[in-house]
Amino acid sequence: MSSVEVGAAAPALRATRRRYGEDLIKLLLALCAFVSVATTIGIVVALLLPALEFFRDVSVVDYLTGKNWAPLFEPPQFGVLPLIAGTFVVTFWACLVAIPFGLGAAIYLSEYARPRTRALLKPLLELLAGIPTVVFGYFALTFVTPFLRDLGIQVEIFNGLSAGLVMGVMMLPIVASLSEDAMSAVPRDLRDGAYALGSSKFQVSTRIVVPAAVSGIIASFVLAISRAVGETMIVLIAAGQLPNLTFDPRQAVETMTAFIAATAQGDVAQDSVEYRTIFAVGLTLFVITLAMNLVAIALVRRFREEYE
Amino acid sequence: MRRRGRDLRGGLFQLLLLVSLGVALLTLGTLLAQVFVKGASFLDPLLFTDPPSSDPEQAGARPAILATLYLGVMLVLFTVPLGVGTAVYLEEYADRERWYNRLLEVNIQNLAAVPSIVYGILGLAFIVRGPLALGPVLLAGGLILTLLVLPTVIIAAREAIRAVPSSIREGAYALGATRWQVVSRQVLPAAIPGIATGSILALSRGIGETAPLLMIGAVAYIAFDPTPTSQFTALPVQIYNWTKLPAEDFKLLAASAIIVLLGMLLTLNALAIWLRNRYQRRW
Repeated sequence: MSSVEVGAAAPALRATRRRYGEDLIKLLLALCAFVSVATTIGIVVALLLPALEFFRDVSVVDYLTGKNWAPLFEPPQFGVLPLIAGTFVVTFWACLVAIPFGLGAAIYLSEYARPRTRALLKPLLELLAGIPTVVFGYFALTFVTPFLRDLGIQVEIFNGLSAGLVMGVMMLPIVASLSEDAMSAVPRDLRDGAYALGSSKFQVSTRIVVPAAVSGIIASFVLAISRAVGETMIVLIAAGQLPNLTFDPRQAVETMTAFIAATAQGDVAQDSVEYRTIFAVGLTLFVITLAMNLVAIALVRRFREEYE
Repeated sequence: MRRRGRDLRGGLFQLLLLVSLGVALLTLGTLLAQVFVKGASFLDPLLFTDPPSSDPEQAGARPAILATLYLGVMLVLFTVPLGVGTAVYLEEYADRERWYNRLLEVNIQNLAAVPSIVYGILGLAFIVRGPLALGPVLLAGGLILTLLVLPTVIIAAREAIRAVPSSIREGAYALGATRWQVVSRQVLPAAIPGIATGSILALSRGIGETAPLLMIGAVAYIAFDPTPTSQFTALPVQIYNWTKLPAEDFKLLAASAIIVLLGMLLTLNALAIWLRNRYQRRW
């Protein structure tokens, strides 16, 4: 009965007794959440320490502006521009496929498709999104490259073009599903208002829905580009492993990711400059994708705030 | 009235939209057809019973298939408790206004988009070598894939938890339940279908990953059945290794291994969709 006497002065709605079991559970759950924080810290430390050692041997300016990437030559050359160019070529062609067609698919699903068509098409796009990248790489090498040659495009066996085109198809569902989310979040009232003024479906889609959802749509582009920059298997299999400062998509190129994967498989001695190139290039890749991810996250937050 | 002109443009526009979807579906169809036509010839029991060999007629993928099954089990065991725990913390316990909780959210969203090869570098530096120093073993592969798919599981579990209406929570609180009683007896049981669906989809993504496993040295020719502490090669790595061999027969063998991998993933996806339709409750 003592609790009644205490509570009589100030009626407390909170539990009167501290429950240590509840505190323990909260602590355990927070520890689960800490695994994600530790992962990020781990990534930064794993990349930064060896990369700093690398930049003790190679100047940052030479690394960022050098036009030759030949870590195993004598003397070795560590100019990262060929790897950046390779990544750019593949990403460019991937975007050329993924952005227009992904946006088109999203507009169709959000504005034109009947519910039953949507219910059929969305799982198919999810299926496309679920195909492992090694399978896309196989497809690029064994089907798309010979197909391009049949069309009369003189591509090398390994080339940036087929890797880029296939990567574009891989990214298409990402663009489509994120853009569609953004368009579905646009309030119905806006569409109804435009229809009431006599607009056609085409006008509503292009002048109302797309502009209203633009931050989410751009976020989907940015995330897709970030995926393309970080994608490994398609380029490792189909684009080649030849550092090449070129923007010609018919030639073999090496991307940052392909270099990292190829070098880690080879037998370079640990504690050598060659080994530490993995981490320097990895850090470059991480910084580029981090910047894009943060932009995308901020954009998504904006459209959520606007309409939800 | 300029109705006709508008209709023509509108029709063209709709055609363009259909072409966009057509590009995706046509590629999907061509890819599947190619793989099945090429892989059919090597899709025999040998593929499941034999280890890899330099003779494509003899070669199988038994160690790789077993390792991929092991990886799947590890992924479920590791990611589900961690992912659901994090999601419960963020949705039910964390104070959204605190800076560290907001940072945690952005951190998880970013991790979901970090390139998979970067996880490979993390695994190389901390799990295979460095502090844990497990060596290039199956367990190390499982841990790396766990970290890789964890953000996806967290995001899916959060959505499932958020979909449980707050009236359920408030009703339980009104009856005097503690926070954990509310979470464990009301919220989680109601969120299980959504969590299961998201976890299965994340699992199928993890099983299909190649790049992080290449980074930690999942080697090509493993002739024995793997254990969690032995060296290993997973099915996607086996596909990669066969694809890069110049002999045409190995490319066909790679296609047959792709059929096996896609079979596994399709089964998982179908299971996820079935769960979603069968158990998902509309509130």
